[in-house]
Amino acid sequence: MKKKKSSNVVKYNRWGYIFLIPFFVTFIVFQLIPLFGTFWNSFFENYRSGRQQIGPNFIGIENFKTIITSGLIWKYARNTLIMWVLGFVPQIFFSLLLGAWFSDKRLSIKASGFFKTVIYLPNLIMASAFAMLFFTLFSEGGPVNSILVNLHILKEPFAFLNDIAATRGLVGLMNFVMWFGNTTLLLLAGMLGIDPSLYEAAEVDGATSTQKFFRITLPILKPILVYVVITSLIGGLQMFDVPSVLTNGKGNPMETSMTLIMYLNNHLYSKNFGLAGTVSVLLFLITGILSFIVFKVSNEKNVK
Amino acid sequence: MKRKLISALLCAAMATTLLAGCGGKTTDTNKANNASSNNEAKDGGDVLNIYVWNTEWQERVVAYYPNYEKVDDTTGKIGDVTVNWVITANQDNAYQNKLDEALDNQATAKDDDKVDIFLIEADYALKYVDTPDALPLSELGLDDSVFANQYQYTKDVVTDSNGQLKGASWQGCPGALIYNREIAKKVLGTDDPAKVQEAVSDWDKYAETAAKMQAAGYFMTAGATDSYRVFSNNVSSKWVVDGKINIDPNIKKWVDMTKEQADKKQINSASSYNLWQEDWKKGFFTDTANVFCYFGPAWFIDFSMSCDQDGSVGSAGGWAVTQGPQGFFWGGTWICAANGTDNKDLVADIIKTMTTDPTVLSKIVEEKSDFVNDQTIMEKYAKDEKFGNKYLGGQNPYGIFASGVSSVSLANQSAYDQGCNEEFQNAMTDYFAGKATYEEALQTFYNKITAKYPDIKAE
Repeated sequence: MKKKKSSNVVKYNRWGYIFLIPFFVTFIVFQLIPLFGTFWNSFFENYRSGRQQIGPNFIGIENFKTIITSGLIWKYARNTLIMWVLGFVPQIFFSLLLGAWFSDKRLSIKASGFFKTVIYLPNLIMASAFAMLFFTLFSEGGPVNSILVNLHILKEPFAFLNDIAATRGLVGLMNFVMWFGNTTLLLLAGMLGIDPSLYEAAEVDGATSTQKFFRITLPILKPILVYVVITSLIGGLQMFDVPSVLTNGKGNPMETSMTLIMYLNNHLYSKNFGLAGTVSVLLFLITGILSFIVFKVSNEKNVK
Repeated sequence: MKRKLISALLCAAMATTLLAGCGGKTTDTNKANNASSNNEAKDGGDVLNIYVWNTEWQERVVAYYPNYEKVDDTTGKIGDVTVNWVITANQDNAYQNKLDEALDNQATAKDDDKVDIFLIEADYALKYVDTPDALPLSELGLDDSVFANQYQYTKDVVTDSNGQLKGASWQGCPGALIYNREIAKKVLGTDDPAKVQEAVSDWDKYAETAAKMQAAGYFMTAGATDSYRVFSNNVSSKWVVDGKINIDPNIKKWVDMTKEQADKKQINSASSYNLWQEDWKKGFFTDTANVFCYFGPAWFIDFSMSCDQDGSVGSAGGWAVTQGPQGFFWGGTWICAANGTDNKDLVADIIKTMTTDPTVLSKIVEEKSDFVNDQTIMEKYAKDEKFGNKYLGGQNPYGIFASGVSSVSLANQSAYDQGCNEEFQNAMTDYFAGKATYEEALQTFYNKITAKYPDIKAE
């Protein structure tokens, strides 16, 4: 009897593996091999000079030396993180606020389905189209400037895209508008999963809304918050389309809105696979380290 | 080792061509012995693929090549041959990358997919001319005597290091200063080209005039980079020397002059100091005309200044041309035959007709006001007093353009010019806008160039 049961389990397991094959084949061919390929490429000198192919020649860690001594990667990493924070702070604030409102049984917002759809809509627009729209709106002869000048708020048109803070701010704003709906839905799902009896008990004890939010919602929501922070961080480090389209691929002004992936793209554009591979590997390490830090920090608090 | 490998490859290529020549219909020993053409071409392919970055030359072919039938914007027919235009925008080396990809696959591509003709610009001509990618025109049966009437500088651009001519152009691009007659009358009291020339004859006078324009409420130029070519064509050294970036003193002079004018707001800053922006184009239209002058060659007037549109300054004949502070040239398009083309005869005929046929060239001058690449024809039109350009209020600009062409020098061209010119102007924009110091802007330029051209060092 016992024997039969265990063989049954083995049989089912086998099917499980068979069903997993397509995923693993796709994963290995399209993800794992390219991943190792990137590491492999980063050790080679491999680029085009005019119409001539140079390499691939194995040069060890020479590429890493080049990238790190030029120091540009840190500058671009800083740009990327600044723009990510500019977008992420308002994003998490509004998402928590909206999530709390939507999930509050006592508020019971009417047509919440409609609003949830509406706040998600910006995410459906192609990022490049969205960036193009902002580029036109905020250009020096664009509608935003003419409105501000006509309302006598500005004396003369302001060159938003020539200004470091304004350009970074616009990128942050766009990322915020595009992603806060998505984050709201994630947090909302977490909040709806919280047992309502906790809130009822708190109310009986005379807790205010603020207390309920900080003492009940946030602590229980922590795993989802960590997930949101880490996915958003990874997404933020890979920021590319919005700043690239907004600044025409240049990262103007003065490369202050140039992100890591734009740097990578510049190398790929000149078919410099060696340095591009190196930048990718470094980006992989940076992402890994930052994610690890976020994970560690949030877990520590849990222990306390 | 490497050299051995290359020579072995070349031998193999030679052997293949030899064999292919023997097996082919025509046994042309001359062709078979030529190692540079490693793809033997047969004639009479069905599809003619032409790689270009805009529609300028396409418009010329549609209008003037005999038997060309237009099918739609990117296809046409010449007899039985379908003409396929592959158009990729020029900016940020996009066209070059597209062309490189196609040329890399040239040997293995199907005959109908092979590049037959590609167009190049002076800024990167060397990149293609000094490689086997472009066929020597002599191999198409067009020897140097066919192009005897063309301006020497247009031939220098496409002559490889062995002295072989590898392309031809139908136009010459000497530039001049193109000014708004109305504004000239108001501010300088005259719109006569000879008198206006006195006000812009050198850079000091140019600066004085810019101040006068500002006092009258006009900008001198529509963007900071308008005058760039005038300086960059008169440099005394190349962009890249011994694998390192080199900033020529004349380029620095341009930066200093432009910074001063930008600070004094004599240049329209609304265009973010760049060419081709909406705000930059405002000077082309009567209602918004706020700019005294543009710098450009003949094609600029015809192709870029919106002169065929109602309400433009050009449609009312409101422009005039004068020499300006210094001679320069800008742009120019050269037609090259791709190595491996399957339509050699047709390609040869197109190049010959479009760049040397006197009737075609004369028509281009008369109907399109272009400056064509034929000294005899241009001298004739320069002297022809009846001939006037309607966009220039009846002025005949060819004398001015023709005198500029003689001073054009290409001694300091390099294969990196497009990237360097683009990125330098772009980086300096931040300096002009006051967002960066000159050193910071220069650093940005170095960063961009070393990413774009891995074989160049900043310092």
